[in-house]
Amino acid sequence: MPADTLTAGRTPATHAPGSGSLQRFARRRSTIAFLMTLPLLAVIVGLVAYPAGYGIYLSTLNRTMVRNIGFGNYEILFDTDTFWSVAWQSCIFAITAVLLKALIGFWLAHMLHHIPAKGQRKWRGMLLVPWVIPPALSTLGWWWMFDPTYSSINYVLSIFAVPAVPWLGEPIWARIAVIMVNVWYGAPFFMIMYLAAIKSVPEQLYEAAAIDGANGWQRLRYVTLPMMANIISITVLFSLIVTFANYDIVRVLTNGGPRDLTHVFASYAFQVGILSGNIPRGAAVSLFMLPILAVCAFFVLRGVTRRNKEQM
Amino acid sequence: MSVTTASSAGIYSKAGSLSRERRWAMWTAYASLILAAIIFLAPPVYMFITSLKSSGEIANMQGNPWLVRSPTLENYSALLGNGMFLRFFVNSAIVTVLVVAITMVISVLAAFALARMRFFGSQALATGVFLTYLVPDTLLFIPLYQIVGGLGLLNSIWGLVLVYPTLTVPFCTWIMIGYFASIPKELDEAALIDGASWSQMLLKIFVPVAMPGIIAATIFAFTVSWAAFVYPTAFVTTPDQMPLTIGIVSQLVRADTFAWGQIMAGALLAALPPVVIYAFLMDYYIAGLTAGATKG
Repeated sequence: MPADTLTAGRTPATHAPGSGSLQRFARRRSTIAFLMTLPLLAVIVGLVAYPAGYGIYLSTLNRTMVRNIGFGNYEILFDTDTFWSVAWQSCIFAITAVLLKALIGFWLAHMLHHIPAKGQRKWRGMLLVPWVIPPALSTLGWWWMFDPTYSSINYVLSIFAVPAVPWLGEPIWARIAVIMVNVWYGAPFFMIMYLAAIKSVPEQLYEAAAIDGANGWQRLRYVTLPMMANIISITVLFSLIVTFANYDIVRVLTNGGPRDLTHVFASYAFQVGILSGNIPRGAAVSLFMLPILAVCAFFVLRGVTRRNKEQM
Repeated sequence: MSVTTASSAGIYSKAGSLSRERRWAMWTAYASLILAAIIFLAPPVYMFITSLKSSGEIANMQGNPWLVRSPTLENYSALLGNGMFLRFFVNSAIVTVLVVAITMVISVLAAFALARMRFFGSQALATGVFLTYLVPDTLLFIPLYQIVGGLGLLNSIWGLVLVYPTLTVPFCTWIMIGYFASIPKELDEAALIDGASWSQMLLKIFVPVAMPGIIAATIFAFTVSWAAFVYPTAFVTTPDQMPLTIGIVSQLVRADTFAWGQIMAGALLAALPPVVIYAFLMDYYIAGLTAGATKG
């Protein structure tokens, strides 16, 4: 308290006379602001921007990191079949998983919005659980459910007379399994985002549409979807980035197998760079994520700024 | 006749005026939600069921895997008596607490400056913060591996404390900018007239008013650093420095015959802190989740 009154008494006195001290005040303000953002700058520059640049430099070195071989690592990667299968798998994995997550998330958000408000909280709380458990740990549970000899999923399928599925043994099923786990983990996030967006659509628009004789589908198509378009694209692009760069699910579930066919960029970069010790080539692999991430990031940023302007 | 009309009228009055179409929609809604809940909750429930089975029962592999015949807590007691598992827990706790503290200090200070003090490049920096949030950890872990190695912090929880802020700081700063920007300017004008300094303004006005945002950001930082997987997998290979996620995945899953019961018990125990926080602070959790795109 005494400190308060002290500064309260002093501060007006320092910048009372004239414009000179006012200028000083402004200067002081920007100095303070700069000091306050300094730790943030240190994190962004030191731990994100510098490593990103350093990664690009690393990818031009040879295996022992003593000689610069330009694009040598990229050329070698382009010549290996494994790399191309990794690139395909990454794209198929990310696109399929994000589409499914968006559809399921939208459907569930829509359904949640329809039930009485009292029950919504409870259901929402229950359906968000997959998102809350650290994915590396819940994937362990899925791994055990996919176990070749004692798969609990196959047990459930056998009730419906479906033959046992070799989940992680065969490439195609392993790929499906990885996508399934990712969809299971990510769909609740879409649901929450879309639910928030649906709730922000003004009720009057629906009333107006109903007066004009719109049926349920038309209300969805011409009122809900246009109002949500921005948040849908932001969420999809954001999730595309995260899914494209996913590592934990592949690492725990298949570790890239069978025959390296479920590797995505991240897990392959880990395999090449850290486990096999070829750091430059690993850096080159992970940098292949950069173009698609940059494109997505550009559109996310555009969507978010547009949204901010609308809200202001 | 009159009885039936009266009772049906009673039903309708109770349920509002539910037309046939709306009742159908309601049934579809509940059916999809129940189906989704079963699928979404099946893996954690099955993990729990497995964690209650003895290794003998699991090795038997007969009958319905979803049922426990003789429930036992031996997996949990084995884990809690296992020094290595407790070590993982302590490592995770130390790293997470430190990272959350560092993150909140950095992001609250920076967000205050970016939201209120216009200065050269502040707009660009705010955009930069959001862009860094979009840079995934799997893009950076190889160069960071070299950098952390150069600092001699591989195989140490301090290396993790150093790099985890890249996961948490950008998003926390971003949502704090949003929360701070939504505070009316009149409040700080009043404070300035009363002669408050910048630090007083931050601590006595912004932090209390933006408390929901701070809680949401703290929860985010906590869950992210608790669940971090890429960095510890790359940087830590000695068991006694491992946090929980990689500890369980690499150490419990190593034996030739998998101790499934223990693995599941360990995974559930490790998932407990974020789940408990979620259970008690769900609204803040969801606010933080949706804030990235809807606010700020």
